[in-house]
Amino acid sequence: MPLRLLKYAWQKPEEEPRFFPDEKPLKKAYDVVIIGGGGHGMACAYYLAKEHGITNVAVLEQGYIGGGNTGRNTTIVRSNYLTAEGVKFYDQSVKLFEDLSDEFDLNIFYSNRGHFTLAHTDSAMRTMRWRAEVNKHYGIDSEVVDVETIQKDIPYMDVQCNGQHPVMGALYHAPGSVARHDAVAWGYARGAQMRGVEIHQKTQVTEIKTKDGKVVGVQTNRGFIETSKVISMVAGSTPRITKMVDMQTPIEVFPLQACVTEPVKPFMNTIVVSGSLHVYVSQSSRGELVMGASVDPAELHSTRSTLDFVEGLTDQMMDLFPFTSRVKIMRQWAGMSDITPDFAPIMGKTDLEGFYLDAGWGTWGFKATPVSGKTMAYTVANDRNHDLIKPFNLSRFEEFALVGEKGAASVGH
Amino acid sequence: MKFVSCPHIGNRALSEFTYGGALRNEPDFETVSDKQWADYVFHRHSEPKTQQEWWYHRPTGMWFIFTRNTLTDVISQVELATEVCTKGALNEA
Repeated sequence: MPLRLLKYAWQKPEEEPRFFPDEKPLKKAYDVVIIGGGGHGMACAYYLAKEHGITNVAVLEQGYIGGGNTGRNTTIVRSNYLTAEGVKFYDQSVKLFEDLSDEFDLNIFYSNRGHFTLAHTDSAMRTMRWRAEVNKHYGIDSEVVDVETIQKDIPYMDVQCNGQHPVMGALYHAPGSVARHDAVAWGYARGAQMRGVEIHQKTQVTEIKTKDGKVVGVQTNRGFIETSKVISMVAGSTPRITKMVDMQTPIEVFPLQACVTEPVKPFMNTIVVSGSLHVYVSQSSRGELVMGASVDPAELHSTRSTLDFVEGLTDQMMDLFPFTSRVKIMRQWAGMSDITPDFAPIMGKTDLEGFYLDAGWGTWGFKATPVSGKTMAYTVANDRNHDLIKPFNLSRFEEFALVGEKGAASVGH
Repeated sequence: MKFVSCPHIGNRALSEFTYGGALRNEPDFETVSDKQWADYVFHRHSEPKTQQEWWYHRPTGMWFIFTRNTLTDVISQVELATEVCTKGALNEA
């Protein structure tokens, strides 16, 4: 072994290609400009190049790749939604996720875990049955299970919840998974760049120029870019972008906080969510407990962390897993959620020609990364809303045709 | 813990209050068009700014109007909802 090591040391250094090539100067014009270099933006650029042959694309990111909500979520992927529209949409996403590692030749650590949504009340049980039936109708693996089944799978959970709100059953969703969130953005970004897409980090859009009701370009801190198509994929910054084009949306921005504990021995393979307790938890492959709760109580544009959040979350978590009282919290952070009134996204064309929205991703955006990229790419390439996203159009609010997804999209209700 | 300095009930923990959304004027129900009503019901201006907001103080059952910056989270003014509403910015609580 020492000889091999010595030989290796004398070898010429290996020429490892850079994961992302060096950035080029901004061009004068692009066919499509994507605002936001997170998972959604990168996925859209990737599918535009791969499936529609549109490669003269710039992704503009004011920070760094995947530095926003892509790197701040709790990485859960599932499709056990409540509405037919939601179920069909997220099912496509799960199917795309399953093949991403192969497609990127990059391990996104997609780990199939199974997903329990606990019910502590009769009304929650009713919603679980409802969701299970909708899911089964669309061929999604989803079923209501009893307390014994939960206890067998997660022996460390106190199903009595300290006697305060005993678990009555759960919705079990076998395809529920976790993935390495940054890797999803990196994989899409590299795939897009290899096909000619340009990614410009530290490039902030300050203005969107329009003429005769059409988009003609964007002003950035690095100069003006001509383009006839702009896609906003900026999650919590959506209201700042829509203000540039005087567009009204129902989005309200709230911080969503999360935290991880120190690593402990593997004790729980599944993802556990409780809507009534407003918590969700999974154990990472490193052994940390990744935990989150509902959004902060009031509108705010800040990624600050609060002690109130950790206190509230751990209070509930100790009812579910009493031993966590001895486990320390390592890190906490926050992301910006753009919440819609019906807890469904806002996607597709808008009244302004050449301006496309992929927004309203609230607390449910990561799991939709592949499918939103794919459907938005189709929508932009054909200038026609993809069938899967038609129900999510911005005009649904004026038409009073909402997609009520609150019972399945979040834990804050 | 964050505290709110209130001219009526003193220094109170923010956790005693429940957020009730931004203060907005309700259009006249009799004459409003569907589009205006949808605007009022759904549409928001959620870019960072200083705005007036409804906050309910649970222990006393009183509604307040906070003037708060949604970027810095600084509350610059606390008024009773009844005071603000008599000034003309009326919408039903």
